[in-house]
Amino acid sequence: MRHFIRSAAVAIAMAAASTLTLSAAMAADISGAGATFPYPIYAKWADAYKKETGNGLNYQSIGSGGGIKQIKAKTVTFGASDAPLKGEDLESIGLVQFPMVMGGIVPVVNLEGIKPGELVLDGPTLGDIFMGKITQWDDAAIKKLNPDAKLPSQAIAVVHRSDGSGTTFNFSYYLADANADWKSKVGVNTALEWPVGIGAKGNEGVANNVSQTGGAIGYVEYAYAKQNKLTYTDMMNKDGKKVEPTAAAFSAAAANADWSSQPGYGVILANQPGAESWPMTAATWVLLYKKPDDAAATGEALKFFAWSYAKGDEMASELDYVPMPDNVVKSIEDTWAKDVVGSDGKPIYSAM
Amino acid sequence: MTTVSEAMPSLAAMQAREATVRRFALTDAIFRAATRFSAILVLLILGGVAISLFVGSWQAMSTFGVSFLTTESWNPVTEKFGALAPIYGTVVTAAISILIAVPIGIGIAIFLTELCPRPLRRPIGIAVELLAGIPSIIYGIWGLFIFAPFVQTTIQPFFINLFHDVPVLSSLFAGPPYGIGLLTSSMILAIMVLPFITSITKDVFDTVPAVLKESAYGIGCTTWEVTRRVVIPYTRVGIMGGVMLGLGRALGETMAVTFVIGNAHRISASLFAPGTTISATIANEFTEADGELYTSSLIALGLILFVITFLILAIARYMLMRIDRRTGA
Repeated sequence: MRHFIRSAAVAIAMAAASTLTLSAAMAADISGAGATFPYPIYAKWADAYKKETGNGLNYQSIGSGGGIKQIKAKTVTFGASDAPLKGEDLESIGLVQFPMVMGGIVPVVNLEGIKPGELVLDGPTLGDIFMGKITQWDDAAIKKLNPDAKLPSQAIAVVHRSDGSGTTFNFSYYLADANADWKSKVGVNTALEWPVGIGAKGNEGVANNVSQTGGAIGYVEYAYAKQNKLTYTDMMNKDGKKVEPTAAAFSAAAANADWSSQPGYGVILANQPGAESWPMTAATWVLLYKKPDDAAATGEALKFFAWSYAKGDEMASELDYVPMPDNVVKSIEDTWAKDVVGSDGKPIYSAM
Repeated sequence: MTTVSEAMPSLAAMQAREATVRRFALTDAIFRAATRFSAILVLLILGGVAISLFVGSWQAMSTFGVSFLTTESWNPVTEKFGALAPIYGTVVTAAISILIAVPIGIGIAIFLTELCPRPLRRPIGIAVELLAGIPSIIYGIWGLFIFAPFVQTTIQPFFINLFHDVPVLSSLFAGPPYGIGLLTSSMILAIMVLPFITSITKDVFDTVPAVLKESAYGIGCTTWEVTRRVVIPYTRVGIMGGVMLGLGRALGETMAVTFVIGNAHRISASLFAPGTTISATIANEFTEADGELYTSSLIALGLILFVITFLILAIARYMLMRIDRRTGA
């Protein structure tokens, strides 16, 4: 018995000691949580950053909603979200928000004899398909957009995300902007009440279901469609021009955006004007406290973001993300210097 | 004299014995306290889970009231939530999976205990038990990549054509064939609960006294009659236990179902249509559920699953009790 008590005490002491060392080791890492969409590029940046500076990043890609919850609970230094917070929410919680990187969302289809880029769709048609109003591939609306394509008389199987997702938010935002019926009947959110179709978990779930089901249509991140060689479609943009999903088209959408028009740079890049603009472009945001409890940790995080803006562009392009334009980065860094302050009221970030 | 001479050294011995007895009493008391604590801990955890589910779901329940249980719509945009579609999906998939798994499970058990040649008995028994060891995520991936395309190209067109002109069945087996949906997840669930039902049924079949079976064979019963009239009546309680264990697993299974059910908050007449279950909804939407009412509604779904499972186990207990009483009387 006594022996048992002693060994139990030793075990508890050891466990306590290991937790202490563990938390000490973790303090060196920048901690963040949130959106899954930018996770690959954050991971890549963090890897390169660690090699250069020795500071690591501990990013949990738990989803945008989770990221917002965690930053509100102050369990992480920064949160990440694909859906921007509203100005008044940022104000009431005391957060500063800025976009980190951009990407595109593409419709993907599974039709026999149709290759990537051979089909073109527009916002109203895409909305009608995802609302179940267009149910056949040889529908007049699709035929009108694709007079030369051989469209089968086949039922359309709609595939959407089953988990809450920033991708869904941006996709539905575009459909609501381009299709009035969608706006009034379905709306915009990270999760929706889908009128038709099957739900699949994650980009990979949607991709798998589309590639297995004849006549299916879904939507995924562009990087995902490209890497998995899915049959994406072209889109008619707001200017009525046909565009292909390319990094250039995503940048074009972002170039026309007026970033200062929204608090916290909360501009949704869906359906932007411009002849070259891809209509389903999306940014992803980072959330930080203006007056953080742990100024040192926030300073480290800001250093990492500044480094990523300065040196991460090439890595972003490699993974088919679009880096933020330099003038926006400049404006963001000014915001940091102005808004993010320590307990002494002095700015935490000073331009390097 | 002898008693005295024996009593003298026994004084020390008695003290030693007393000390030993006291030590035994102490360790017994500690052991009893430890076991009692473990038992109470289970109750505390159960109560804690129930209370936290209740508190967490309070906002949803006070907002929607009873209509939460009867509304099909689940709309995160307008924050109108109803649990009918997930409840329907949960109950239907679990029920169909049990309908498929029970005859097969009992069939395997009968074959293994009554008919199987001895060298085959262990390999088949172990294979069935290994099914229980496969993680549910594997069933999910296998279901999505291998099983769903098979269902889509083979099973669903077959049933759609077969029941094309039959009134009720034609709407029960209506297209388009997605490959994933209520029936596919029921079939995956059936495979998952099969080992539970089989291994428990096999174990209880082994408890049937040989003399009962032999006397039945002795008066000229066939194997079917022995199984039907002797083995199954004798082991009915055990079989029920296995079925209920399987049902409990089918109701709560999350990962495999999420992959193959289609995750659509709709109630359709067709078994091929996509649906959703309570656990699949929670797994899909909890991480991104922003807004307290949304989170609270998901916790309320959890509470409903808790209550459904509790009720089914209670009904099972009650049925077993009645069977016990009848066989006892």
